[in-house]
Amino acid sequence: MLKVDNLVVRYGAVEALKGVSLEVPDNSVVAVLGSNGAGKSTLLRAISGTHRLHRGRIEQGSISYRAAGQNAADEQNDQNAGLIRIDKLDPAKTVGRGIVQSPEGRRIFGRLTVDENLRAGGMNSSATKSARTETRERVFTLFPILAQRRGQRASLLSGGEQQMLAMGRALMASPSLLLLDEPSLGLAPQIVEQIGEIVLEINGMGTSVLLVEQNASMALRVAQHAHVLEVGKVSLSGPADELAKTDQVRDLYLGHGAEEISGSAAVGRSQHLTRWTG
Amino acid sequence: MTLFLELLINGLSVGAVYALIALGFVIIFKATEVVNFAQGSLLFLGGFTISEFSDDFGFFPALLLGVTVAAFGALLIERVLAIRGSAASVNTLAIVTIGVDIIIAAELVRRVGVDARTLRDPFGADTLNLGGVEVATSRVAAIIVAALLVTAFFLAFKYTKWGIAMRASAEDPEAAALMGIRRSRVSAIAWILAGLLATVAVIFLVAFPTPGLDGSVTRLALKAFPAAILGGLDSTGGAIIGGLLVGMAEQLALGYDNYLSFLGGGFGEIMPYVIMIIVLLVRPSGLFGTKDLARV
Ligand SMILES: Nc1ncnc2c1ncn2[C@@H]1O[C@H](COP(=O)(O)OP(=O)(O)O)[C@@H](O)[C@H]1O
Ligand SMILES: [Mg+2]
Repeated sequence: MLKVDNLVVRYGAVEALKGVSLEVPDNSVVAVLGSNGAGKSTLLRAISGTHRLHRGRIEQGSISYRAAGQNAADEQNDQNAGLIRIDKLDPAKTVGRGIVQSPEGRRIFGRLTVDENLRAGGMNSSATKSARTETRERVFTLFPILAQRRGQRASLLSGGEQQMLAMGRALMASPSLLLLDEPSLGLAPQIVEQIGEIVLEINGMGTSVLLVEQNASMALRVAQHAHVLEVGKVSLSGPADELAKTDQVRDLYLGHGAEEISGSAAVGRSQHLTRWTG
Repeated sequence: MTLFLELLINGLSVGAVYALIALGFVIIFKATEVVNFAQGSLLFLGGFTISEFSDDFGFFPALLLGVTVAAFGALLIERVLAIRGSAASVNTLAIVTIGVDIIIAAELVRRVGVDARTLRDPFGADTLNLGGVEVATSRVAAIIVAALLVTAFFLAFKYTKWGIAMRASAEDPEAAALMGIRRSRVSAIAWILAGLLATVAVIFLVAFPTPGLDGSVTRLALKAFPAAILGGLDSTGGAIIGGLLVGMAEQLALGYDNYLSFLGGGFGEIMPYVIMIIVLLVRPSGLFGTKDLARV
């Protein structure tokens, strides 16, 4: 389980996260929705430890993690048992703990081949050679196109293929938690659907997914739980299907409902949703 | 014709040595984006160490020591740069390497004194007869050794974990970090390799027919710099081509100095820089580079 608690992240004078709390339970898909500049990428950077590369600082709060299956005995007694602080770790150590991010804009290594990109993804893994081969086979099953393009320069792939490579590359480290930053960015609706399906498949293989998206319709379909991030604060949280029915989400992220009556009345209908104030 | 052939072989040989040094520049630049002006003194350090120990231990053990000391020196510089590395700009760090270079070179010059030293390399003053052309054995050895080293390097660069980590990290440091690749480790290995390449290069830079090791060796090494630049500072292949080009042009200009006397004597000496300027005017990122050097 990943637990982000009251996280405040600042870039110089800009306070990008103003006390964000959320959890990613074992074997779940959790979505974080928010428009441009809401702080979604900052959240993932803080988890991965790359905020420092952007001169970001964690001013307050904590991030803790325990991979599924560890300390299973304690798990029954206490949800927080075995959680280990990871907010001081460097990116490589975070990867070592099983948390791997596929960043916004894909950021594949365009001058490397598809195969080399995948090798780069599995670099940190302490797995044996046979286990690594197995992981690679699984990635190829998930993304057959990558197997076909193995020897090609990654920059020659289409946008959708590059996104798949970015996800496959991250999976090469055998993460227990996969962080996806806007995987649907700039892709055709059909491909976005495909990405959604793949997220479900990845989750089916036992990997939790924290999915950051502006494309709420796909994210809310694949996630069990969702949070809406607005200028550095979680404004709304709840089960994904409930959230999809709220006017706030419909107005802002699902692209319809402008003509519908908006307001917070709809939110009150569900007791599962939590409004955050202040 | 024999003069031409002789110059060609010499040019190839000198060029191969420049290529080794230039490769060191490029590896470090790719790993850290820092232009390492201390390469000349690293080479001096490696050569000095060999000269200190080859009398007592023989050449090859001394070479091993030389490589170790140069690699260790390189690593030390890398660590010093890394202390404030994230805060300082790469330009500042490049200037720091100039300072380091001056300090190391000054100390070594003081220790070497006025007389050029020999490294006691196994080639001595032997010569070989190649198709009627008399060339120093060391010059031929330089070509072979450089070819072997460069091949080994390119295989490693292409296939090893370090090679992939290095290329990934050079292309996108943040994405590489997200894959768990440690840039500090990539950079440490890059500096060590540069130290190794420099030490091998110095053997041939100061072998027969040159007078031997003295303070002027850092100036010789500096010629690899235009080689690296004109090849493209972030291109390993460019370093090799650039090195060969500079070595060849330099030797030809020296050999045909009489014909170039209208330009004033000693044109060979400035040849590397002339070629560099011409290439940069046409291609600001060098022959094979991707990064505009105007930014550096
Ligand atoms: N490197 C940075 N330096 C300064 N401000 C930044 C930096 N990165 C992001 N920000 C600011 O932090 C806020 C959140 O950005 P970000 O996390 O990228 O949002 P999102 O991913 O939701 O679009 C924005 O106001 C953005 O301008
Ligand atoms: Mg973002």
